Amino acid sequence: MSKKILLDKINVPGIKTYEVYRQHGGYASVEKAIKSMTPDEVVEEVKKSGLRGRGGAGFPAGMKWSFIDKKSGKPRHLVCNADESEPGTFKDRYLMEFIPHLLIEGMITSSFALGANRSYIYIRGEYMWVFKILERAIAEAKAAGWLGKNILGTGYDLELHVHCGAGAYICGEETALIESLEGKRGNPRIKPPFPAVSGLWANPTVVNNVETIAAVPWIVNNSGDDYAKIGVGRSTGTKLISASGNIINPGVYEIELGLSVDEFMNSDEYLGGMSSNRPLKALVPGGSSVPILPADLIFKTANGEDRLMTYESLSDGGFATGSMLGSGGFIVYDDTACIVRNTWNFSRFYHHESCGQCTPCREGTGWLEKVLHRIETGHGREEDIDLLWSIQSKIEGNTICPLGDAASWPVAAAIRHFREEFEYHVRFPERIKNRDHFVNEPFDKVRHLVSKQVI
Amino acid sequence: MERVHYKQEINMTDALMNRINELISHYPEDKKKSALLPVLHEVQDAHDNWLSIELMDKVAEILEILPIEVYEVATFYTMYNLKPIGKYMFEFCQTSCCCLNGVEDLMDYTCEKLGVGIGETTADGLFEVRGVECLGACGYAPMMQLGDFYKEHLTKEKIDQLIADCRDNKIILHDK
Amino acid sequence: MKVTIDGQSIEVEPGTTILQAARMIGGESVPPAMCYYSKLKGSGGKCRCCLVEVSKGSEADPRPMPKLMASCVTGCMDGMEVNSKNSDRVREARQSVTEFLLINHPLDCPICDQAGECDLQDLSFEHGKSKTRFIEEKRTFEPEDIGPNIQLHMNRCILCQRCVQVADQLTDKRVHGVLDRGDHANISTCISKAIDNEFSGNMIDVCPVGALTDKTFRFKSRVWFNKPFNAHRECTTPGCCGKTTVWMFGNEIQRVTGRKDQYHEVEDFICNTCRFDKKEVTDWVIEGPRKFDKDSVINQNNYTREMETVHIATEEGILKGREQDRKKISMTAIPLKKEEQEEFNNGNL
Repeated sequence: MSKKILLDKINVPGIKTYEVYRQHGGYASVEKAIKSMTPDEVVEEVKKSGLRGRGGAGFPAGMKWSFIDKKSGKPRHLVCNADESEPGTFKDRYLMEFIPHLLIEGMITSSFALGANRSYIYIRGEYMWVFKILERAIAEAKAAGWLGKNILGTGYDLELHVHCGAGAYICGEETALIESLEGKRGNPRIKPPFPAVSGLWANPTVVNNVETIAAVPWIVNNSGDDYAKIGVGRSTGTKLISASGNIINPGVYEIELGLSVDEFMNSDEYLGGMSSNRPLKALVPGGSSVPILPADLIFKTANGEDRLMTYESLSDGGFATGSMLGSGGFIVYDDTACIVRNTWNFSRFYHHESCGQCTPCREGTGWLEKVLHRIETGHGREEDIDLLWSIQSKIEGNTICPLGDAASWPVAAAIRHFREEFEYHVRFPERIKNRDHFVNEPFDKVRHLVSKQVI
Repeated sequence: MERVHYKQEINMTDALMNRINELISHYPEDKKKSALLPVLHEVQDAHDNWLSIELMDKVAEILEILPIEVYEVATFYTMYNLKPIGKYMFEFCQTSCCCLNGVEDLMDYTCEKLGVGIGETTADGLFEVRGVECLGACGYAPMMQLGDFYKEHLTKEKIDQLIADCRDNKIILHDK
Repeated sequence: MKVTIDGQSIEVEPGTTILQAARMIGGESVPPAMCYYSKLKGSGGKCRCCLVEVSKGSEADPRPMPKLMASCVTGCMDGMEVNSKNSDRVREARQSVTEFLLINHPLDCPICDQAGECDLQDLSFEHGKSKTRFIEEKRTFEPEDIGPNIQLHMNRCILCQRCVQVADQLTDKRVHGVLDRGDHANISTCISKAIDNEFSGNMIDVCPVGALTDKTFRFKSRVWFNKPFNAHRECTTPGCCGKTTVWMFGNEIQRVTGRKDQYHEVEDFICNTCRFDKKEVTDWVIEGPRKFDKDSVINQNNYTREMETVHIATEEGILKGREQDRKKISMTAIPLKKEEQEEFNNGNL
């Protein structure tokens, strides 16, 4: 059994409520931080812990905190990013739904560290019932004296509220989230200035993912060094992984970073292997925007080393043979899945979620979707595969925010690793008429029709 | 873009106004606009789950902002409905994992059973079927959203039951 | 601070953007800008046409910036080195953006009033290709009437948002904005309301394409058949400079616009009275001809410099034509035969 930090008390009956949470040591980190530590000492512990942002980018959280502008004297804000919308990712919801006080405790401790007196949790609008859970939990915490004026008699004030979105993936991008929190369209801002200097209402702001903030209480209660002992190298601590797709046990798992992908996939403690009696075909290890891996690159890297659940190992080989840990959205595909169809599906998602502000993303994501849809429905042309490659390369890196990259990478990876499947769709349109075309006739059975053969 | 103008009866009850004022109090006094998204959710829930121009104008008045600022926001986010819709909206997630787990078949089944296409409302105004993008429940696929809640691990039988429950008025849409 | 663009150095004040520095240098290194407008706060960053390569960040941190940067919103640093036209990467990126802007554009220049003074035409001329790779159906929008003076053609819009910034910054009650999102984002009032603010006409001038055009000039003339003059009048509208360009055909003022500089930005904003209501020559004090860039199509009809007639013998011959050809195209000179006349009368010709 690996170490649990976030979900260790998840099975305690009633842990959702304030009383039970408090009885099991909840809010100790707030007491410890406010009463016996300075804000900078808390930041220092988080820096030492090596905790990296759990929203996808993996930027060191302590470093992000240390960028916040304290000199200007403007009010500071901490905003928790609970706008979890990356296909394949559903970990934050689990945490907030079943142990809401952990996030609130983390918010108080972290706000104290940043010197923020007004903080928000931005939750996606679809999680409306979780929004209500958090609202009630905040009211409980406030009634118990953990929020409001003069917390624990220390003179520290904090107002914490939940804010709900209304259906826009782009609001997971931190500047779009801030715009949305200001009551505007979720258009990402042009950076610089970064939120640490000019964020919410032009005040210095830090935006952190739910899981990042939820890890802070443990780090404060124990120590940054203790946290850094868990994991491997620069991938310290534990990580929540949302597992889905063709596996026996889909769900949310807390793993120690450094676990092997093989063990995570196949052991009964975790995913329990494939749910069907079908072979593994592909894996998206970190949410829809990271490159998809073909079966031969899942358990081993291109160098033949074991692939581990760490930031470094999953990205080993770059985009040519690796992927990314991303937000930990682990989607497993068996051989009945069609990569072309799945890529089209992701492209439709990004097309739907593009904010429309900048040209390459607004125009390019729609174009990608249309071409992929044609290929998937049997109207593709041979040149469309190269066209797709070209379009994605023209979006990537040229947009205001990372959504352009997120839309490009899955298309690039699918063509890189599964080009033959695209060719099959183009050359045999009558064989892919039905959407379940690979269920009875997996691609491996027909691969010879498109493989290059030496005569 | 020219839009159809739908009429709606507006009823800003005391309870609704109290809730709106509570939401406004979550933001600094000079930042009322910040409350726009949550306030729109509340007024929409209290008005048959859709927002007319008049209702949005009312929200603009309450938050002391321009009507266009409300229209801009309401048209950006997918959860705001700008025309009358079916009372029970089955919003099926149709992104990757839900497709792997057969949501497309379930959508076809539901549409056939209700006699409507995707995005259409049944003649009695009771049901509407929609396909939406990832709802963040990939591990519990296939699933849909109904009101404020998620219905997960769907099967044809569960959909039959849900439709029956909706018809019997047994479904709670909003957690108030 | 010293900044070098395509090998040319210039001293700039802190806070200057790369684009501004490039414009100070001038010439071919100036990046194209479809959304940036120096007179509108918060403009820029969106169209991605002005991407440049920063090969050296600054003297203090000489690392190159990994991504191409939007020059209109990237500040200069001391010692910064930038590649604009000199970089293949930049050229390729601008070509990509041009392609993206054109895939859903209706390409209806032959019937577009903006043709001849359109930034998208200029961009396509410089960075576009004659062939398209886009075979899908183009996106279209339902038309919306936004009042008697301004014509909105959403299908041509590139969403630079300058018109929204004009409404925000020049008028007090904005009634239009960007609605919907993604590739269906559109400029609209949502309620088909007339935009009738006294400064709304400036939306036409700031629009880089033919999405917002002057209804009082609609289909009247191609811009290059008009002769532009600088003119002014004593305008009583508060905030209006009264200094305009009037576009004449013979003695008729067909259109009034702000005075645009070489980057097609107005020198000063004008009011709707000047723009739409003052179309008599007697309304204006005409200062003299307005000059345009050497290669602007508007100079096709330019009489400010002396035109030397070039004699090309063959051309002359073609223009004059042979006697027998002239007869052929002259209907009256060659009467129809009897049966032809009958067919003509029956309407079958």
